Amino acid sequence: MNHPSDTHPQHQLQVCDLVKSYGKVPALKGIDLHVDAGEFVALLGPNGAGKSTLFQLLSGLFVADSGRIRIDGRDLRDDPIGALAKLGIVFQQSTLDLDLSVRRNLLFHCDMHGMQGSRARIDSALQAMGLADNTRSAARALSGGNRRKVELIRALLHEPAILLMDEATVGLDPASRSELVRDVRALCKEQRLAVLWATHLVEEVEQADRVYILDKGTMLAHGTPAEILTQTASDSLLDAFLQLTGQTRHSGEGAA
Amino acid sequence: MTITHALRALRALSMRELIKFWQQKGRMFSAMVRPGLWLLVFAAGFQNVFGVSIIPPYETYIEYQEYIAPGLLAMVLLFNGMQTSLAMVYDREMGVMRLLLTAPLPRWYLLLCKLLAGTVLSVIQAYAFLAMCYLAGINLPDTAWLAALPGLLLGGAMLGALGLLLSVTIRQLENFASTMNFVIFPMFFLSTALYPLWKLEESGADLIYQIARFNPFTHVVEFLRFSMYGQFNAGAFAVVSGCFLGFFALAVIGYNPQSVMVRRKGKA
Ligand SMILES: Nc1ncnc2c1ncn2[C@@H]1O[C@H](COP(=O)(O)OP(=O)(O)O)[C@@H](O)[C@H]1O
Ligand SMILES: [Mg+2]
Repeated sequence: MNHPSDTHPQHQLQVCDLVKSYGKVPALKGIDLHVDAGEFVALLGPNGAGKSTLFQLLSGLFVADSGRIRIDGRDLRDDPIGALAKLGIVFQQSTLDLDLSVRRNLLFHCDMHGMQGSRARIDSALQAMGLADNTRSAARALSGGNRRKVELIRALLHEPAILLMDEATVGLDPASRSELVRDVRALCKEQRLAVLWATHLVEEVEQADRVYILDKGTMLAHGTPAEILTQTASDSLLDAFLQLTGQTRHSGEGAA
Repeated sequence: MTITHALRALRALSMRELIKFWQQKGRMFSAMVRPGLWLLVFAAGFQNVFGVSIIPPYETYIEYQEYIAPGLLAMVLLFNGMQTSLAMVYDREMGVMRLLLTAPLPRWYLLLCKLLAGTVLSVIQAYAFLAMCYLAGINLPDTAWLAALPGLLLGGAMLGALGLLLSVTIRQLENFASTMNFVIFPMFFLSTALYPLWKLEESGADLIYQIARFNPFTHVVEFLRFSMYGQFNAGAFAVVSGCFLGFFALAVIGYNPQSVMVRRKGKA
């Protein structure tokens, strides 16, 4: 585990002792986390754990009460714009403009990032994801799985160093779900992206390089999937997760 | 922020507003019909009730229709400014706002782009209505359409900034209609859009007279009215510019992630 005082310049994403509450309700109670280039890191936690809160702090939508966030070597507070340029984000809630075409949605993003040669890049990205036929369709006309793919493409168009995915598979059928995990893992390895993948589904984190387990704003465990099994003396990640979050197998499945 | 980056963002936000405007055919229609009805019904009906006398910028007796034309133009700006507000609230509900707020650009610049795009739409709609006024044979100066431009731009920007500011505080779409009832109607009716200040004073409605005097919308109307007759109303200009800067600054503060309002209500 890294210590709050550590600032490794090599970590693409580093979070130190982050605290955030909504009024009197604490959402994050001092969490530490880091992701390196080419790493697929999962943030596993039940609903209400604080995952989305963390993502909103990382993307500068909210400001933490205390703690530090470093993105590609920049402090988010000192250089929010430089930091945002390095982030690709897929939020839990869809952020596609449903009234616009797929291409318009993507062009909008490219322009907001001040990119050149966007059209060619958009077309080849859509092609690569098998969405070339949907370029001109209204975003509204796409299936849930394809909307998420478009959001993933969009998050990567400006070639970020870090990709943040917040419960990206919510609402997808099992096939699209595992396809998305596979796609993102492949991208992570090919392009040496630092990926932080938040989810409440244990099966999505089995392939992760490292896992953080978050509950009620506190980081309960951290390590490779194998290390977590050892730490908790469990046979499966699901058991480890349920044991750590104090749920029984039955109620845990119900909550997920 | 480089110049090309800034211009691309401005292009993106303006294109989006224009496409959306184009998609909502009803918007242009209602932007025309609303003031058009006033012109038709009220101007015809109240012609003699008000009997507007000679006050600056007018040099002669004018018809009531001629009197209310600047007010109705300002009404077009007011409605579009509130539409900007509605679009922001809608974008927040739909999640699109997050995309805007996580763009690697300063917040004030993003809001300024939004405002510029909205102002352009306001001016387009105002010109469509102005064309209607000319066609309806309202006796406006021949150069009024050109002379109106500074007033339309400034007034559109000020009312757009007010819309941005309101969108900070309106957190849910369902609250929108009621807020608008407390903004649009009082602003419009308690102003000089439909009757001159002296008329209010004379009629003894002192409270209404005082409200109308201090209503920023009155100053949009008057600045526009004077510009259309080739005159510069310095007082109105100062009030409208001041309100523009104030509303915009407050909106920027409101959209700052550290803002108390965002933190308390907790929805980015
Ligand atoms: N905008 C908000 N206002 C107040 N409380 C919130 C807000 N968003 C989240 N919370 C609370 O903060 C805690 C963490 O929520 P969240 O970050 O959404 O968790 P997760 O994404 O892991 O499900 C929850 O208790 C939730 O009720
Ligand atoms: Mg969440």
